[in-house]
Amino acid sequence: MKSLAELAAIRDKMQNKVNIREGEGGIRVVVGMATCGIAAGARPVLNAFVEEVAGAGLSDSVTVTQTGCIGICQYEPVVEVFEAGKEKVTYVKMSPEKVKKVMEEHIKNGKVVSEYTIDMAEK
Amino acid sequence: MKELSLNILDVTYNSIAAKAKHIEVVLTYTTDEKLTLSVSDDGKGMDETTLQRVTDPFYTTRTTRKVGMGLPLLKLACEQTGGDLHIESVLGQGTLIKAVFDTKSIDFTPLGDMTSTITTLISAAPNIDFVFRFVNEEHTFVFSTSEVKGILGDVSLEEPDVLLWIKEYLLEQFEIMGGIFI
Repeated sequence: MKSLAELAAIRDKMQNKVNIREGEGGIRVVVGMATCGIAAGARPVLNAFVEEVAGAGLSDSVTVTQTGCIGICQYEPVVEVFEAGKEKVTYVKMSPEKVKKVMEEHIKNGKVVSEYTIDMAEK
Repeated sequence: MKELSLNILDVTYNSIAAKAKHIEVVLTYTTDEKLTLSVSDDGKGMDETTLQRVTDPFYTTRTTRKVGMGLPLLKLACEQTGGDLHIESVLGQGTLIKAVFDTKSIDFTPLGDMTSTITTLISAAPNIDFVFRFVNEEHTFVFSTSEVKGILGDVSLEEPDVLLWIKEYLLEQFEIMGGIFI
């Protein structure tokens, strides 16, 4: 049985690393979570990013956030990747499986997965 | 929407967008196998004209496009089971949404992954005080993020370890309640 007391243990473990994340220059992954995104499957995509980032121990350099509708509902679930000094990358029609590839190639190794980007979808 | 928990996620974002400080989501199973969902907030509320139009898919306050499907889809999800949707709102005070579903209906959308909906809402707006209340004939389970924040102190609700703990904790509680909210 889990009890709220366990949270205190997590807190004590975490307190040491509080504030490390303040620095700029990391990668920001933004998932569209409006009605269109949610209906197309954005919730598992968002959760996959959160779990992959935590699992890879990248929580200090990669943040995963949510946004509303960016107006390209036909391409949902849409994920935008922002990195300082680089052009924004927009991934479309995402799935938890595609998240794994984006994490491995793009987020960890800096190589954009072109086949999932909006540029490829529009060709 | 494939899961009712996705509708719940979607309409609760409206409360976040309305700048609520407190949001309460209640799911109640009654003996006649009806499921009632209520979402109440202390956000900015709606005036009478807006209230009349919120379930019209061609009305939205959004500027990126001209349709708003959130509440119309929730209305559809409950009405197709023979239930109904009721909305009350006072400008400047908040909004209450109440939807009743007949779970015996073949058109009842399964609740689905409610724990993901909860953790997704918490990470969308960690500063809001959320109360999630689950009620059936025998049990009431209340999960309050302000209680969790009280224990966590300076540590953010968004920490992956915290969110994972919340997920596991909720699953255990749902199992105690007979698995009806899973």
